[in-house]
Amino acid sequence: METANSLKTLVDLKAGEKAIVKELRGGRGFVARVASLGLIPGAEVEVIRNPGHGPIIIRVKGSYFALGRGEAAKVLVEDSA
Amino acid sequence: MNSHQPLRVEEVPEITVKPRAGEKVLRVALAGQPNVGKSTVFNMLTGLSQHVGNWPGKTVEKKSGRCRYGNYLMHIVDLPGTYSLTANSIEERIARDYIVKERPDVVVAIVNAATLERSLYLVAELLLLPSPVVLGLNMMDVAEQQGYRIDVQILQAKLGIPVVPMVASKNQGVKELLEAVIGLAEGIVPYNPRQPEIKEAHKPILEKLRELMDGLIPEPYPLDWVAIKLLEGDSEVTELVKGWVDKDKWGEISALLKGHEDAILDIAGGRYEWIRKLVRAAVEEPRMGPVSLTERLDRVATHPFWGLVVMALVLGAIFWLTYTIGSPIQSWLEESVIASLANLASSWLSFLGAPAWLNGLMVDGIIGGIGTVLSFFPILTVFFAVFGLLEDVGYLARAAYVMDRFMHWMGLHGKSFLPLFLGFGCNVPAVLGSRIIEEKRARLLTIFLTPFIPCSARMAVLVFLTPVFFGERAFLVSWGLILLNLAILALVGKAMNSLLFKGERLPFIMELPLYHYPNFRTIGLEVWHRLSSFLRKAGTVILAVSVVVWAFSYWPTGSIEGSFLAKLGVILEPLGRLAGLDSRMVVALLTGFVAKENAVATLGVLYGAGEEALASVLEKAVPPRAGFAFLVMEMLFIPCVATVSVIRQELGSWRWTFLVIGFYLVLSFAAGILVYHVFPF
Repeated sequence: METANSLKTLVDLKAGEKAIVKELRGGRGFVARVASLGLIPGAEVEVIRNPGHGPIIIRVKGSYFALGRGEAAKVLVEDSA
Repeated sequence: MNSHQPLRVEEVPEITVKPRAGEKVLRVALAGQPNVGKSTVFNMLTGLSQHVGNWPGKTVEKKSGRCRYGNYLMHIVDLPGTYSLTANSIEERIARDYIVKERPDVVVAIVNAATLERSLYLVAELLLLPSPVVLGLNMMDVAEQQGYRIDVQILQAKLGIPVVPMVASKNQGVKELLEAVIGLAEGIVPYNPRQPEIKEAHKPILEKLRELMDGLIPEPYPLDWVAIKLLEGDSEVTELVKGWVDKDKWGEISALLKGHEDAILDIAGGRYEWIRKLVRAAVEEPRMGPVSLTERLDRVATHPFWGLVVMALVLGAIFWLTYTIGSPIQSWLEESVIASLANLASSWLSFLGAPAWLNGLMVDGIIGGIGTVLSFFPILTVFFAVFGLLEDVGYLARAAYVMDRFMHWMGLHGKSFLPLFLGFGCNVPAVLGSRIIEEKRARLLTIFLTPFIPCSARMAVLVFLTPVFFGERAFLVSWGLILLNLAILALVGKAMNSLLFKGERLPFIMELPLYHYPNFRTIGLEVWHRLSSFLRKAGTVILAVSVVVWAFSYWPTGSIEGSFLAKLGVILEPLGRLAGLDSRMVVALLTGFVAKENAVATLGVLYGAGEEALASVLEKAVPPRAGFAFLVMEMLFIPCVATVSVIRQELGSWRWTFLVIGFYLVLSFAAGILVYHVFPF
């Protein structure tokens, strides 16, 4: 269904790019935590800032969050539309 | 995640207010995610009747207050702001435990109308708990500005619970909220909450769990909630159930749960689907509107370079404001109010024929001590107000974001920046403020490094003494000393991170709230609470120490030269001399342990001069080289006793606390000795 290169993580997105969350890779604590912020499979995310080093900023369901690169790399996404 | 358990927690008895005749008492809990304006609502409801303490056995702040409305006296408890009610943080556990165990008459859930989907998530969890819920739909003005149109009637019908639109910052909807609370408590308002549905795939398991545990779940836990939390894999509930059921039953339950480890995502997904349906029915969302205020401001505020520039400017402005507004008031207080009070007391006592020691105790001990406490107020007020303002408008999270890169380098969290920054006002709130860091390791390190931040008391000593030793160059030397402290902080942090924690990375997840106009009532109350807690805690310590130091400097001979204090200085002098300090300066350093600003007062007492005269006396008596060593040591010395006591409280360990004391003691003397021998004068 998906080609290998359509699966990326949030870290791979540039500022202004939007994507759909596909999968969360991490322990239960991590999953429960980001899920409560609205970052669940099927949710649309927009990367607001990704300076190449240090945390990134995303927008999901109208809220802004800063995510460390380690955390962002645990969120697999797929290009929207 | 949060396993830190203090051994001793301050217990402040709550002020209980007796209801007036015929008045009915209601217990109300205020719940909501962070950044939904919950504290504004709380402030509007309770005003100055607030009580700030700790949750029993926890180092999480508990705010409660009361509100009289009509014939009702409402006791309102502000639950910690959390995104959900999992077992993953102390705050979440406190919030859910309170509702489950205390069963408030009504839970008021505050949501942000501008981020409705996300903030309803907590409501989905609250509806599983036994207390009835009123929804406070806050920040309607922000939502409207952004182009959201919310049909409150539809939302209310779909949720089956009362919904009250509000703009708490403008006191709109607060009355209606209270009416809804009373209506719900009295059963006048209809209440038929619709719960989010669980996915088909998990329905049979949930049903089975309920059957298995039926009759085995003790009061006050609701069966449905326990079943869902088990399925979510909630660590705390899992442990509880293990203790409630026998081995065979637990075997059956865990067999059921096996193979459904991902249920948390489905449950969360189910909740969001439920929310999506509500929102689709009740909210008209904006089409691609104009670029929002938050987006425009963040183009600069979170920029990797300009963000730092903005932050530096903001910091500069804070300190400029603190010292241009605070300092003149401070000197006025000292020179006019305290000085005339001392004169008045002195002449009255002489007139009454009081003995010399009583005069000394009153004027130098008590009035002097009160003066020191008072002199902090202007600076702390300005500082707390500006800090509160920045927090309220949403800027502080941006500063944490911009600083995260640097904080991580030292094994700290972006959020560590905030308490450390608070440390410039006073180390005590900084240590307490480190609670916002959920990650234990980063919190420990933040607390450990906090004393490197020169607090306003040490700044005051710096401001007083640098002109004495360095005249025109005082400003540069002061800056140099502050930068030296920060540089040492960074190096020690880096070293501790690589030695103790092997340089491991920390998780970082933080909301950047939408910018909004500040609410001055909220800020004002915050300033008031911080000041009054300073007065109660630090103020009393400072006053007591002022009296003790005076007593030590007066007895047994009635003069400083032969006093206990001078003798102590003589004993320690050989160590001090390595850094060029005489016994009096050693004593001044030591009394700084009790409160940093005491250093100047002690010097004044020991050199037998008032503050005015002290400057010229010191200038003659102390060479700049020794003065500089003294300043370096003062800046690095053991934190004051108030800070040490909160460090002890937050770390929950005497071993760590003594490690902190020993570390700063050794570092301070080593640095002083080094500086004395290297300083080129």
